[in-house]
Order: sequence, then structure tokens, then C-alpha cells
Amino acid sequence: MSGTILEAEDFAVARGGREVVRAHELRIREGEALAILGPNGAGKTSLLLALATLLPFAGRLRFRGSSIDRPLAFRRRVAVAFQRPLLLDRSVRENASLGLALRGVSRRERDQRAHDALVRLGVAHLAGRSARTLSGGEAQRVSLARALAVEPEILFLDEPFSALDAPTRETLVADLARVLRARGVTTVLVTHDRDEALSLSDRVAIVMGGRLRQIGDAASVFATPVDSEVAAFVGVENVLPARVVSVTEELTTLRVADHLVEVTADVPAGDDFPLLCIRPDDVIIAREPGPTSARNALAGTILRLEPIGRRVRVLLDCGFPLVAHVTVRSARELGLAEGDVVTASFKATLPHLLARHRAA
Amino acid sequence: MELIFEGLREAVARILTLDRDLLEAASASLVTSGSATSLSVVTGVPLGAALGLGRFRGRGLLLALANTGMGLPPVAVGLFVAVFIWRSGPAGQLEWFCTRQAIITAQYLLAAPTIVGLTAVAVQSIDPMMRLQLTALGATRLQSIALLMRESRLLILTAVMAGFGAVISEIGASLMVGCNIKGDTRILTTAIALETSKGEFGAAFALAFVLLGIIFALNALTTWAQQRARPQ
Repeated sequence: MSGTILEAEDFAVARGGREVVRAHELRIREGEALAILGPNGAGKTSLLLALATLLPFAGRLRFRGSSIDRPLAFRRRVAVAFQRPLLLDRSVRENASLGLALRGVSRRERDQRAHDALVRLGVAHLAGRSARTLSGGEAQRVSLARALAVEPEILFLDEPFSALDAPTRETLVADLARVLRARGVTTVLVTHDRDEALSLSDRVAIVMGGRLRQIGDAASVFATPVDSEVAAFVGVENVLPARVVSVTEELTTLRVADHLVEVTADVPAGDDFPLLCIRPDDVIIAREPGPTSARNALAGTILRLEPIGRRVRVLLDCGFPLVAHVTVRSARELGLAEGDVVTASFKATLPHLLARHRAA
Repeated sequence: MELIFEGLREAVARILTLDRDLLEAASASLVTSGSATSLSVVTGVPLGAALGLGRFRGRGLLLALANTGMGLPPVAVGLFVAVFIWRSGPAGQLEWFCTRQAIITAQYLLAAPTIVGLTAVAVQSIDPMMRLQLTALGATRLQSIALLMRESRLLILTAVMAGFGAVISEIGASLMVGCNIKGDTRILTTAIALETSKGEFGAAFALAFVLLGIIFALNALTTWAQQRARPQ
């Protein structure tokens, strides 16, 4: 990765006379994959469309250090793929080469480049087919091939997998991640799916309520959300009011309800009453208290067991509500049932402390 | 019944022997209605596309006018055109009264609103996101319009056929401004009316069969194009 390829400052997008999203500063680095993540209606698609100059915006937008004075010229150096494939009633080959045709590329060259893109997305064998005969997954692959065929300097993706069924989506995400990494294409992806963001991106920007709330490495944003709303969105279900009891060089001891909890996270400056954030995946459930490397072990009663896909969400009463995620297999092997008393443990290194005054 | 059978037998004979009057009327119909439709396509399809895709002041009024125009009574159009090209009328110096140009003008006024209105509907039926996708792909405004029109080509073809169908079967305007002159402005519909009024049912049947044949052929062509475009 090198310098900034696209830079937005004091950037605001209005639709229907109402400001829908604002970003004080957003820099996209060349070669990176940035996921714009947020709940429905947060303004992330508007932000992406404005960055691609497909929506009017206020503020400054610079591409490779220069102001974008001619949007058409800019759009011919980037590509956008949408949630729906939006293919024309033509052959797959013609669709894949459409962006190149609009750029005046010779037929021979565009056929070759479209073919290469179709091969990369695994749909070259469909080249002669009418686009109207494709399945949803095939059509989205052709749409992505069309975007990649122009060899964009930035690839904008607006929830390109959300209309697909789960198996098709998982395969396509994996294939696209491989293609993007192999070619080092700068990518801006809008999604509300955390797994997609983690699979495809190097950095994550969280957009909530029309504001860019946090941006950073995917792992750090997921581990250390800036406020309780972001925490909830990135899957930190346990945001617990705590009180600082003691701070040593290695450990901070907190009181949460009647329990003492030890963490290695730094206490937010000047805040003796921070919020303790623990991801449900970081909580381990055991039938009996036993030897463990986790410094924190709490007895709790199972209040509810809720299957969520391949996992089970376990809601515990430990004197305060605590949520843990276990695999379906673990839940079965442990014989978990509502009303059971179990031990919930988590390592001191895993929780994150959030300043109470930034609790959104 | 004998009257009908006699008429049908004569009609078949006239068609098989390529009756001169029949051919002249059919030719005049194809020339006038074809010209009027062609002019309507040249002016109406771009206007319809602009109304369907554009966002400008007066667009709603123009769409309302086009939709109203689709239901214009041919005799009202005939009256308007006749007054306009009457020797002492505003365009009297053209000397178009009782000419094919007069018929073409009247039929143009009948076909154009249909083609404008249905073209606007055709281009509006395309997913609005497709325009955004084309812009995102680097299309200029003209490229986008051309691609969207190609995308809605079947509906536009239907619009054109509806316009042609409306004018080749109309009689009121053509009779009023063309004067039904044999070998010149006598078209299939005006000839059918004349032959029927004379009791020449064989000639009228023959003319009617040719007219129906033309309309059937056009509809068959449209249907074939639509079916061909369906995914296999």
C-alpha cells in the first residue's frame, strides 16, 4: 500500500433537501480494501455514491491529490457494482465489455479483457449466453467482471452480495476476495454484514446515523469500538457499567455489580466509571469451575438459549446480564439448558474499556 | 347470403389478378401511412425518450398533451388540417389540399402522440438504477439514452406499430383532406367506404382483406420480434 488515492474533506451528502451523511475526513489508501459498515439507513450507500461522483455533494473530493473537476473522466477511471447486477438485455460477453466499449476501447482488446475478467470470476463459460437467462449469483459475477474488466483504479461495491442466498454469497465473497487481493485493487465496499467486511477489507469505516463514527483496521474497530452504539453494531453485546477499583502496571481491577473483573485494557483518561465491553465470542462457558488460563470466572444462571445459525446465544445472569456465544456442538456436549448454573470465563486481555461520557 | 358469397368470390378474384385499383389504393395507403409513421418515429421517439428520461420544466404538460393526443378524433384532426391548408388558410400557399402531403400531415398528427406517449412509457419502464449503472460505467448522457432506448426497443417497436396501426385504419381525416382522388389520394379505407356506398361489395371486400392482411402482418412481425427476444 502507498499513499492516499481518494480524499474527502468536510464531505456531506444531501438527498431530498436533507443531509443524509457527513464525513469530516475520509482518506482511501491506494491498494487497500475499505469496508463502509453500518446499519440500514445509516447513509453508507449515499456516501459511496457521492465518493463515486454519482450523487452531488458538498465539501472537497480529491483523486490522486487533485480536485475532481471532470466527473466523467473520474468515472472512467473507477468502477461501481451495485446490489443488483443491472445487466443489459445482451450477451454476457457484451455486458462484461460494456464499460470498455463506452471508453472507446477497440473490440479486440475489450473482448480479451472482458474474457479475462469473466475467467477471474469463474463465468467465462457463460460468455455467449443471454444475460437474462442467468441465475442471481451468475449475474452478480458478470456484473463484477464488468467492473473489473475496465481495470479500475478504485472499485466501489454497493452491497453486491446482499441479494444472494447464503451459499452463493459465501462462495462469491471468497472468490472476489481472492481476485481483489491478487490484483491489489483499491476497493470501497458498502455492507451491513460484519463477516463480509472482515473477509474483504483491510480497514473498516463505521457509519451510523449519517455520521462517520470510526475508521481503522478491521481488527481494531471490532475489538475497540469508540462508543456503545458502535460496540453494539460490531457485535459487542456486553457493554457493562463498571467502577475502577485499582490500577497496576499490568492489570486494572473493576467492579461490575458484585464481581471483581481484571482486565489489561487501559482505563479511559479521567474516567473511574468506564464501560466494560466484552464480545460474546470471548466468553467461555463451562459446566464446572476448573483450571483455566482466564483470569475472570463468574458463576451464572442460564436465562435463555437462542440458536443463531451455527451458534447458540446464551444469556446468563451473573448478577448482571452477560451474553456468550457457543457453537451448537458445544451447547449439545455441555448439555446446556435454561436454569442451569454454569461458569462463564474470559481472559483479562480481551475486554475493552469505553469512556462512559462517549457512550453515545 | 348470395350477396356475401358473390362479394367474397369477386374479392378473391381481384386479389389473385392483382387488380389495378386495389394495388393503387394499397400502395397509396402504405406510402401515406408509412411516411406519416416514419416522420412520427423520427420526431416522436426522441421526444418520447426525452419526456421519459428527462427532468425539465413543462415535462408533465407535454406528457399530458401526448396522452391526450393518443385519443384525438380523426375527423377533428382532419378539420384542423383542412382549415390550415385550405386555399385561404394559413398554409394555403402550400397547395396541399387534396394531396398525399395533406393525408401524411393529418396522419402524422394522429400517429405522433401515440409514439411519443408510448415511447415515454417504454423508457420509463426500465429500472431507474440502470441509468445510474450506465453513468457509473462512464457513459455520457447521449450514450446512456442510446443504451436505454436500445434496452426498451421492443416496447418502442410496439409504440411504432401502434402508431402505424392507428393511421392505416383511419378514414375520417384522410377523406377530409385527401378528397379520395382515384389513383392518387384514394387509400384502402377511403376506397372501402366508397365501394360500399356504391354497393360494390366485391371490391370493398378485396380492399378490406388487403387492409386486414397488412395489419395482421404487422402484428405478426411485432409478436415474432417480442417472442424472439424472450430468454430461451
